[in-house]
This record gives sequence, C-alpha cells and structure tokens, in this order.
Amino acid sequence: MLSGQIALVTGASRGIGAAVALELGKQGATVIGTATTASGAEQISVALQQGGVKGEGVALDVNNAAQVEEVLKAIGEKHGTVSILVNNAGITRDTLLMRMSEDDWDAVMSTNLKSVFRLSQAVLRPMMKARQGRIISISSVVGHMGNAGQANYAAAKAGMSGFTKSLAREVGSRGITVNCVAPGFIDTDMTRALSEDQRNGLVQLVPVGRFGDVQDIAAAVAFLASPAAGYITGETLHVNGGMYMA
Amino acid sequence: MSDIEQRVKKIVTEQLGANEADVKNTSSFVDDLGADSLDTVELVMALEEEFDCEIPDEEAEKITTVQQAIDYVNAHVK
Ligand SMILES: NC(=O)c1ccc[n+]([C@@H]2O[C@H](COP(=O)([O-])OP(=O)(O)OC[C@H]3O[C@@H](n4cnc5c(N)ncnc54)[C@H](OP(=O)(O)O)[C@@H]3O)[C@@H](O)[C@H]2O)c1
Repeated sequence: MLSGQIALVTGASRGIGAAVALELGKQGATVIGTATTASGAEQISVALQQGGVKGEGVALDVNNAAQVEEVLKAIGEKHGTVSILVNNAGITRDTLLMRMSEDDWDAVMSTNLKSVFRLSQAVLRPMMKARQGRIISISSVVGHMGNAGQANYAAAKAGMSGFTKSLAREVGSRGITVNCVAPGFIDTDMTRALSEDQRNGLVQLVPVGRFGDVQDIAAAVAFLASPAAGYITGETLHVNGGMYMA
Repeated sequence: MSDIEQRVKKIVTEQLGANEADVKNTSSFVDDLGADSLDTVELVMALEEEFDCEIPDEEAEKITTVQQAIDYVNAHVK
C-alpha cells in the first residue's frame, strides 16, 4: 500500500515511534527512523531488518537545526525524498505550573513543537514538487483536555493542532495532507514513569478499560499515511479508548 | 532572447503550468498567468535553485512579472 514511499519517523527507537516505523515498513514504505544516539540508531536498523523492512536508523536530535538539514540531505541522496513524515519525537517535563522552570517549558516546547516546524519545513519543498506528501504529528489527548502538571506539554501538543490546520490549508492544493494522531494513555516508557496508583486511576477514565497499545497508534498513522486517507487533512484522529470524545 | 530570459521563461512556464506563448515579458504571474500565493513562493524557490542565489522576502515580493524576474536575476546573479 505504501510501496515506493519514503517515510521519516522521528523518535523511532522505542515506544510509539518504533511501532509506527515497523508498521509503515510492513505496508511497503522504506523507513528512516531516528534516535538521539548512534547506538539507538543502530538498534533501529536492526529492528527494521528483523521486521523485514527496508530502511535504517539514523541519529538525530530534533533540536539541532544543522543536524536536521544534514540528515535530510543524506536521506535524499541515499534513499530519495521523504514522502511521509511522522513527527513523533517528544518528551515530558511534568510539574505544576507553580513549580515549572523556564527550562522545563523551553525543553518541552522545543522538542515537541518547534521540531514539528523544523522537520515539516525541511520536507515540504520536495513534497510540493512531487505533488504528494503526508505529514503526521503525534500530539496527545492532553493537548485537548489539559492535564494538571503538564501545562508545558499540553501547550505544545495543542500547538501542533493549530500548526497542522494552518499547514493543511497552505498545501492542500499540492496533494499534501497534514494531520495529527492524538493518543490517549499508551503503554510506553513515557507512561511507565507513572506510579502504579496513577496508572490504575487513569484506567478508570478509559471506557475501553485498558491502556492503549503502541500498535493502536501505529495503525492510525498507517491509515493517515495511506492513499485511502487522501481527503482527510487538518484533522486530529483521537485514539484513546474513549477517554475523551472530541 | 538572452539566455537568462529564456531560462526564466522556462521556469515560469513549468512552475505555473502555463502555455509558452502566454508567457510574455509583461505577463503578471497572478493577473495573467493565474498564479496563487503558493505558486509565487514556489516560483521564487525555483528561480533560486536555477540561478543558485537567495532572494530575500522583501525582494521576492516585488517580483510580480516575468520582466521583474529577469531584471532581478540580471542585477543579482553573476
Ligand atoms: N505514551 C503515551 O501514553 C503518549 C500519549 C500521548 C502522546 N504521546 C506522544 O507520542 C510520542 C511518542 O511517545 P512514546 O510514549 O513512544 O515516548 P518514548 O517511549 O519516551 O520515546 C520517545 C522517543 O522520542 C525520542 N526523542 C526524545 N527527545 C528527542 C530529541 N530531542 N530528538 C530526537 N528524538 C528525541 C526518543 O529517542 P531516544 O530513544 O534516543 O531517547 C524516543 O525515540 C511523543 O510525542 C508523545 O508525546 C505518548
């Protein structure tokens, strides 16, 4: 379904990004997954290979503009131009606003939101030329509901939605769609950082009665990346077991 | 027709999907050749690529006709 496509997935070393990378690969795309370290990149290469997927892992810090440029150039030369971008890299620095440092704010804004601006801009030109493309950003239910202790994270994730709608308007006529997938609580390192009590409390909020699996998100991303989703743009697809219904 | 004029016209024709015959020196991208705002941005990017130069936004805004593009390239590209 995605054969001939070249997908770039940021933060593909673990969690949601790793599952997305494999899924896009299984659908036929060549996948470039990024991690912040060389050893993480190597692991991605191995995981892709074991999954029978074409592609490789590369080291990329999304906060490093020069590196973004370099990596995209290298991908272009080695694999061709990126036709599917998945902005997945993200971090949390949770604390109540009363105690939030400017550094907590900046780090989350930069890694989660500015990276989306940076990467999207970097892939846009070839997509415009090709008259096709998919930009999919992993936001969060928290960007829509708010969450105590996550003012920085929620602001960044809500910002993705505004960015996505605007860019969707700009490039719709060029066959490029721009969407978000907003996960609820998914079982990954990010949520394993919560205490057992917190996790049990959270499950009570989910009608489906469980934390989501990374595969639940990967399937949604693969759908939006597919030709079947060509008429969906500027949209946020919520994948949260019913904990929030937009 | 000068080399630069020819190259500019070729890019305009390609980028805007216009008929070669319609691309005259006096043609306005928006009024005569039907470009929208995104087309004009793409056009400027294509000119930058072709002539290996960077056209600042303030300058790009002033390039609205084929002749203006030719003049810009003549003045700024060696
Ligand atoms: N898990 C959830 O319940 C949940 C819910 C809603 C939304 N999300 C969103 O889904 C996305 C993935 O979450 P996850 O749970 O899979 O996270 P995760 O397991 O913590 O993985 C985060 C990924 O992002 C990468 N990363 C972190 N900082 C980076 C940087 N500066 N540059 C490049 N890559 C960087 C990490 O690379 P390294 O391995 O090299 O550190 C890792 O691959 C995030 O955007 C998150 O906000 C998650």
